Amino acid sequence: MPFIPNTDADREAMLAAIGVKSVEELFSDIPAAHRFPKLGLPAGLSELEALREIEALAAKNLSASNSAWFLGAGAYNHFIPAAVPALASRGEFLSAYTPYQPEVSQGTLQAIFEYQSMAAELFGVDTVNASHYDGATALAEAVLMALNHGGSSRPRVMLPAAMHPEYKEVLRTYLAAFSVELDEYADEPAAAAKRVDARTACLVASYPDFEGRVHDLSGVADPVHAAGAVLVVNADPIMLGLLRSPGSMGADIVTAEGQALGNAMNYGGPFLGMMGATQKLVRKMPGRIVGQAADHDGRRGFVLTLSAREQHIRREKAVSNICSNQGLVMLQSTIYLEALGKSGLRAVAELCWNKAHYAAKAIAAVPGYAVAGGTFFKEFVVKTPVPASEIVDRLERRGVVPGLALSRYYPARTHELLVCVTEMNTKAQIELLAQSLKEASV
Amino acid sequence: MNLRPEPLAFELSSPGRVGVALPKCDVPASPVPAGLLRPELRLPEMDELTVVRHFTRLSQKNFSIDTEFYPLGSCTMKYNPKANEVAASQPGWKGAHPLVADERNQGSIELIWRLQESLKAIGGFSAVSLQPAAGAHGELSGVFMIRAYHLARGNPGRVKMLIPDSAHGTNPASCTMAGLTTVTIPSDADGGVDLDALRAACDETVAGIMITNPSTLGLFERNIEKIAKMVHDAGGLVYGDGANMNALTGVLRPADVGIDVMHFNLHKTFSTPHGGGGPGVGMVGAAPVLAEYLPGPIATRKDGTYAMAMPSKSIGRMKAFYGNFGVLVRAYTYIRMLGEEGMRRLAESAVLNANYLKARLEKAYPIKYPRRCMHEFVAMGNFAEGVHTLDIAKRMIDYGYHPPTIYFPLIVPEALMVEPTETESKETLDAFVDVMLKIAEEARTDPELLRGAPHATPVGRLDEVAAARCPVLCYRG
Repeated sequence: MPFIPNTDADREAMLAAIGVKSVEELFSDIPAAHRFPKLGLPAGLSELEALREIEALAAKNLSASNSAWFLGAGAYNHFIPAAVPALASRGEFLSAYTPYQPEVSQGTLQAIFEYQSMAAELFGVDTVNASHYDGATALAEAVLMALNHGGSSRPRVMLPAAMHPEYKEVLRTYLAAFSVELDEYADEPAAAAKRVDARTACLVASYPDFEGRVHDLSGVADPVHAAGAVLVVNADPIMLGLLRSPGSMGADIVTAEGQALGNAMNYGGPFLGMMGATQKLVRKMPGRIVGQAADHDGRRGFVLTLSAREQHIRREKAVSNICSNQGLVMLQSTIYLEALGKSGLRAVAELCWNKAHYAAKAIAAVPGYAVAGGTFFKEFVVKTPVPASEIVDRLERRGVVPGLALSRYYPARTHELLVCVTEMNTKAQIELLAQSLKEASV
Repeated sequence: MNLRPEPLAFELSSPGRVGVALPKCDVPASPVPAGLLRPELRLPEMDELTVVRHFTRLSQKNFSIDTEFYPLGSCTMKYNPKANEVAASQPGWKGAHPLVADERNQGSIELIWRLQESLKAIGGFSAVSLQPAAGAHGELSGVFMIRAYHLARGNPGRVKMLIPDSAHGTNPASCTMAGLTTVTIPSDADGGVDLDALRAACDETVAGIMITNPSTLGLFERNIEKIAKMVHDAGGLVYGDGANMNALTGVLRPADVGIDVMHFNLHKTFSTPHGGGGPGVGMVGAAPVLAEYLPGPIATRKDGTYAMAMPSKSIGRMKAFYGNFGVLVRAYTYIRMLGEEGMRRLAESAVLNANYLKARLEKAYPIKYPRRCMHEFVAMGNFAEGVHTLDIAKRMIDYGYHPPTIYFPLIVPEALMVEPTETESKETLDAFVDVMLKIAEEARTDPELLRGAPHATPVGRLDEVAAARCPVLCYRG
């Protein structure tokens, strides 16, 4: 077998060295009644046959690779420069493991350190960890961190009503064991912040929120901090290439879904959970963290550090059970940020901003449609003259993916469509979308 | 290895350089409100070639399976077939969105369903969820499920999880996140669970037991059926930590011996790349008693059509959307290529390779529990005066081998945990044995050589204590 090299002759020689007669003898500890069951799996396929089968399956999906794509809502269609997959797929990155032996893992460790440095700059915080499973679990762990920081006298968590519904679901799963009060606010974060009290562990703000609205966070941190609570901001990392960082507005913990930074949508995973915090919270932060170190000759190197927080040292007293990171996804984002650099990330954010605003005007001009006002980034809600789910259904069959019918998450919001526009959408595609919406309204 | 120092990206940066050309904006610009604009963005500025050389050179500072034998115990560093990568890079996967209607994502859902069915067959489970993103995430799901089960049956007082002292640290850490308390069960003289201690701990407050089988000692828990019965009789459930499933594919279905819920690390047993730390998948499988509690949504099939649906008593979502789909494609590809026969051959070869290494090394490297091992074994590195396991591990690097897992499990002093996996040939194992015997000799004759190792790496041993005392976690220009 191509992935199991030893032949029957090799096996015989090895069995003789061990001093047993058969391979079966090695399994004598397994309960005899259950040993070597028939699994009922199909017979193995050659590489050619397996790939042919998988290519046929993949071709059954509707894909952004051959559609005019305006759907985001947590998974985004952005350009991925060729250097990103070319470098991240090198076997030395792909097939290495957790850098427990720093002398032979400096490649992975330095890449994480560079990621931490760039993400901390984007977020405007002191420290970023080596990543979480996705944006939703990063946010859930941030809330757990705030609850641990606040102690048992602060069981209240204030959440924006317009936060991604699946993030809220994940938060509920993670918090199920604890008596925590999840208190949703529908007004501006600055107004909600005035209701933060001595029982509140944290106020969470979305930047932008699930419907694309960019709320001004400049007046939020002061009342939150005055009440002794923590400000958690969940941000879009592409937007942070253009707009003020959460840290500069007083956020204590910042989380983000980093998929947009150089990773494909991939039917929702693997994604990149980003988390950063201010200096005073760093020893309460979950996840791996890489730090700079020196060897006996004074040479600079990088190591996993502050491990006294983690499960392999602290076991049941650890700040989290997490023991991996999204290594390759994080690496892709690191390469993406370095390839685009200072001007490139800002240019992507500006393209998103300009094209989304152009699309919003074009759609608002279509009879029967209306676009929500206010400041937005990349996404906006469109009021539709016929049920949005019907529009989606009709347009997707024609290769135009117009966005998310909000009724998927909010059954009563039948006539609302969440449209996402990125640098991937050309002017011609935007005009096609407007024209298609017009045709779908009759 | 590339031994030359590699500057940080920030140090390679030069003002005005760009690595990617973007399209000109083809629509009129809209002004951004001035108060919202960020004043500066301190990211590196590099041309494409500088970026390419930077990451290529960084990659050359790693050991990896593709370049070196990597016998890292408990981590199952097997070869990751290249076909997995081709399979996962199909445009139909990469451009698929989780919020497109199920009828237009039939390819993705059918693949998830097929993988679920394969893993049900391998584990003997009644249902599985592929949503959890890592082993620890799967564990957390399983512990949430056990907790939800007891609550649904009106038993809020079942809050005690029993955990053998050889367990991974994630087991007790997961329990804490689920609001459970943990009780450590000692090991017996044979390296198995001490049955008397277990019996004494089994009372009406028991939620369950978390058991790793084969254990982290690489030993099969021969009393597994007795242990499961004891916990079940006390009203508890049995969690199986599947970190070591590589020893059991086609050999034993864990559900057959009383496991109620279990995670498999698809990035270990099912050959998806470790990627320097992730992404993984911590699939969770369940016996009928817990099947409806699985996290979701999971894939279902009706009349040849596939859909994603939530189990009826689900603990909820463990992450947004449906799991690490790109990793699922790789695991499915691997299972499809191995098939029924390959699954058993996999475990047989993994166990044979480990026993072969153990047989050839045990005279030089003492073994605390000298029973027949499964896919890995735990030796000790304290046989020579003044030499520690760490020194042996670092010396292995000089010979081009990634060190084994060291100082774990905690119940073996100076532990060296060796897991060769089935993808290594006899020639590789023989060469490794020669080096290990040579190092054992060096430990006696030239201990200083080991204490100064490694000698030919980009950096020597780093001062981790100083790094943690005054942490530098970001570039400070």
